[in-house]
Amino acid sequence: MENALLEIKNLKKAYGEHIVLDGLDLAVNRGEVVVVIGPSGCGKSTLLRCVNALEDIQGGEVLLDGEPVRRGAKDISRLRQKIGMVFQSYDLFPHKSILENILLAPLKVQKRQRAEAEKEALELLDRVGLKDRKDDYPRQLSGGQKQRVAIVRALIMHPEILLLDEITAALDPEMVHEVLQVVLALARSGSTMLIVTHEMAFARAIADRVIFLEGGHIVEESREPRAFFDRPATERARQFLRTFEY
Amino acid sequence: MQSLGLDVLFKGKNFVRLLGGLWVAVRISLISVAISIVLGLVMGVLMTGKSRVLKAVFRVYLEIVRIMPQIVLLFVVYFGTTRVFGWDLSSEASAIIVFSFWGTAEMGDLVRGALISIPRIQYESAEALGLTTGQVYRYVILPQTVRRLIPLSINLITRMIKTTSLVMMIGMVEVLKVAQQIIEANRKTSPNAAFGLFAVVMLLYFAICWPISRLAGYLEKRWA
Repeated sequence: MENALLEIKNLKKAYGEHIVLDGLDLAVNRGEVVVVIGPSGCGKSTLLRCVNALEDIQGGEVLLDGEPVRRGAKDISRLRQKIGMVFQSYDLFPHKSILENILLAPLKVQKRQRAEAEKEALELLDRVGLKDRKDDYPRQLSGGQKQRVAIVRALIMHPEILLLDEITAALDPEMVHEVLQVVLALARSGSTMLIVTHEMAFARAIADRVIFLEGGHIVEESREPRAFFDRPATERARQFLRTFEY
Repeated sequence: MQSLGLDVLFKGKNFVRLLGGLWVAVRISLISVAISIVLGLVMGVLMTGKSRVLKAVFRVYLEIVRIMPQIVLLFVVYFGTTRVFGWDLSSEASAIIVFSFWGTAEMGDLVRGALISIPRIQYESAEALGLTTGQVYRYVILPQTVRRLIPLSINLITRMIKTTSLVMMIGMVEVLKVAQQIIEANRKTSPNAAFGLFAVVMLLYFAICWPISRLAGYLEKRWA
């Protein structure tokens, strides 16, 4: 594997009897944008949660820069700083202002100077068009604005990889665009991303590689997203993509 | 119209005595609430824990407190246990024991409720940022829990202040008892004092509890 930043080897995840991920292998290279799609319940969100050690795993391993990411490990806090994650919805801290939400981890985890971290926070907020909302509280923001703040909160940690877990799934359609624009700009600036989404047009536009996941397995994988979306090789992927047509 | 019997209020030190009685009521409530908050926090955290035995014990304890009238608890502790166990409890100590016993159960349940009402995503998004478990609680979970708790525990204080009127039954001289004493002492000269004095007692309770309850409402709105 050339220059793999994230390596997932033989990952097994089960909730009791129910197997979610069944020996999954996946590597993400530096600067690559990998989009995971698949029917609901196929394990794609669980996959992201395992990468960030939010789930116990039953087998296999997750390596970031060759270092194992394990739930409960001593150095998990250090490794998680290299992994930015944005969730489906409303994970901002409601008791903190937008700026304090963004600054919490840089100040408390990375022990950075407030002045310097605040300067960067404001630059990032400016980039997503929310600089003037820095003193507002999450409840005063729309869903799309909250997600943009959540992205900034992840970015300020300078993660090596960003995990985006259906970040537009809980948004009104008109909010989806503003969030995806931000992600698209990140992809163009060379960020490494592992993205789970239901937005097929977005997946097609942003992906360097598309993974179609079902039943805990990778059913189809393509480095030609346009070709994949137009002419998927497997019957299952064809059926799945057809459900998005009307 | 007949006299309202308010003249008695300004005779001698009567008004100051009433305020002294009010202070007794407030003192018992504050001490009991302070004890209840500390023990209730411990109980609430334990109730969200894994031990099923502890959970069952707390459940029974909570039910007992809810079902039993406070006056019965006061009698059991002040008249009952002092005889059976032969210890020497003042009426104030008995009152504080009973009110703390009650308050701890209520606080424990409030703390448990506040803790489980914090969505899991709050823990996870904080962890995902690299916060350690201690930092997750300190910066994310506890501030939110406390915000939910403060208005509720303030309400508990007002309920306790109101319920302190029962402690006269175990011989404590609090505001209601003082009012009774003043009325008795002036039965001949001011037979209508009962109206005036009890009305004043009512206003005193109001003067104490209303601002507290407003504060709770304000905090609830501000932190919602």
